[in-house]
Amino acid sequence: MSAVEAFVDLLAARLDPAALAPRDWEGVTGVARSEAMLATLAHRLDGAVLPPAIAALFADQRAAAEVAQRQALWEAEMARRALAPVGIEFVLLKGAAYAAAGMACAAGRQIGDLDILVLAADIRRAENALLKAGWEWVKSDPYDDHYYRAHMHELPPMIHKARDRMIDVHHTILPKTHRVTPDALALVSDAVTSVDGHAVLCPADMAVHCAAHMLADGDLQGGLRNLWDFHAMTRDFAATDAGFWGRLDGRAALHGLQAAVHRAARLSRDLYGSQLPEAWDRSDPADAWFRRRLMARDDWGRVTQPLLEQAFYIRSHWLRMPPAMLAKHLWTKWRKR
Amino acid sequence: MRHSTRIAVGPVQFRIGSDWAAPVAALERLYAAYPRDDARPADATVRLFAARPWRRWLRPSVHIGGDFVVPGALPLPLAMGLLAAEMGMNLQVALGWRRHLLLHASAVARDGRALIMSGESGSGKSTLAALLGEGDWRLMGDEFTLIDPQSGDAFAFPRAVSLKNSAIAEVAARVDAARLGPLLAATPKGDVRHLIPRTDAIAAMHESARPALLLFPRFGGAASIEPMGEGEAFVRLTEASTNYVALGEAGFAALTRLVRDTPAFGVTYADSAEGIALVEQLWADVLK
Repeated sequence: MSAVEAFVDLLAARLDPAALAPRDWEGVTGVARSEAMLATLAHRLDGAVLPPAIAALFADQRAAAEVAQRQALWEAEMARRALAPVGIEFVLLKGAAYAAAGMACAAGRQIGDLDILVLAADIRRAENALLKAGWEWVKSDPYDDHYYRAHMHELPPMIHKARDRMIDVHHTILPKTHRVTPDALALVSDAVTSVDGHAVLCPADMAVHCAAHMLADGDLQGGLRNLWDFHAMTRDFAATDAGFWGRLDGRAALHGLQAAVHRAARLSRDLYGSQLPEAWDRSDPADAWFRRRLMARDDWGRVTQPLLEQAFYIRSHWLRMPPAMLAKHLWTKWRKR
Repeated sequence: MRHSTRIAVGPVQFRIGSDWAAPVAALERLYAAYPRDDARPADATVRLFAARPWRRWLRPSVHIGGDFVVPGALPLPLAMGLLAAEMGMNLQVALGWRRHLLLHASAVARDGRALIMSGESGSGKSTLAALLGEGDWRLMGDEFTLIDPQSGDAFAFPRAVSLKNSAIAEVAARVDAARLGPLLAATPKGDVRHLIPRTDAIAAMHESARPALLLFPRFGGAASIEPMGEGEAFVRLTEASTNYVALGEAGFAALTRLVRDTPAFGVTYADSAEGIALVEQLWADVLK
């Protein structure tokens, strides 16, 4: 069994950790680190009987993840303090939202930049308020700046000059040039208030965004983590709301993302053992490529299938923009190398 | 990977993989005397690799990777593979280790008490630690000193000491040539040669020591000793720590305790003999 298979099986609770020899763990932790999921695994195996070195490493990881989450939520609070005085409300997205809502997938989850969603009409004022509050531009390249503003679903990234933390201010969840245009107004207007007072997407939209981010926008880098989020959140939403999968189907259709959401559900069934309702429990031969891409790591944490990786990279760009624009974009980027 | 080895330094178990045999062979020679437990899974992974398959032979250049990768880091020529391995090990510890507060500092110990020296590269902290370690001190490490957040004690990270430029001849004159690695000339860090710590320092690498003295050495200039306030020592050490921010409150508590409990001094010295004399004088004063 390869390290990445063992890693996925441990998360899915298909593999007894006691079945691994001590040295098997280093491949597993190497893969987990490459996927930015070591603390997630550490939480998943909290209380399991482990080799002492691994138990100690996992304890470190759980403690560090707790600090990192507190810092991420503090960053959300800083954004709130910058934007509230000018009357801008925002919705937390991704990792910070999962942590704010106290969701199971947040346990140990690495949170990178702070991702927030505001109404498109508020984006200029949000930008000004953040600049006044100490954030500054990361990229100085005029083409990149123009590209973000004209075509992307977010402002160019900003970093806080004192705290050194990045913020991505979104006005929708897919690039403007993407073949699919989600209903951004519905995302914001149907947002709900999390346990700690921040607005987060409603459960169905959260799962739609997770699937869109992984399958409609990205090139599946970090895919195992996004898929774990999807698996854990849909499991928990469905446990408290019997109509969840139906609602998810409706929201996915509203945003034009049914294909991505259904594929995410099938992949999380195949890898993590998600229980799907009958209408979702299908098969699609193309899923095999996605599974291969997700599992393409060797025991040293390296991506093993560079051609497949490249193919998914090209696919993500293909989905993001029309062909003529893609050609122009790649030409400009190539000349600037 | 094609070639690999395992090295334990202090509390960190490394596995190091390489596309070439030479860096692994050089590491195995430097770390031959270190305890080895092949059943223990690694805490940290270092990879030395060619960016393209043909670059294993054609103008071979060593990229440094592993659990953590610094984007855009420049590769080193294969002749400097040992330096690449050292940089890779440092990188993984600096970015990945969370069990202790990591200080970019050298340390030596005597009678269970630690002297910790922090400074920029060129301050002489490595050379001083190496020279003291050849006397009646135990070398704890020339690069990282680990502070346990629970006890406040210092833990050793006695990797092979990285001697640079004029320090090479100075130390080489005092030690058995068998304890020196190959000379790596004209690297991005200048000339580099590794010193294998004494066997007693390696044998004692899991023993902690209570911090007794914090020094901020500066090489060059007239000899002086300046007492340093807690605040300044604190700020300097936050800058010298690679995981202070990541540890959050635990890091803050560990560092405030360290600077409150440990007298700190800035010392300026013109040569190593003078540096060592100042250290011995301060140590005697502090332990009085």
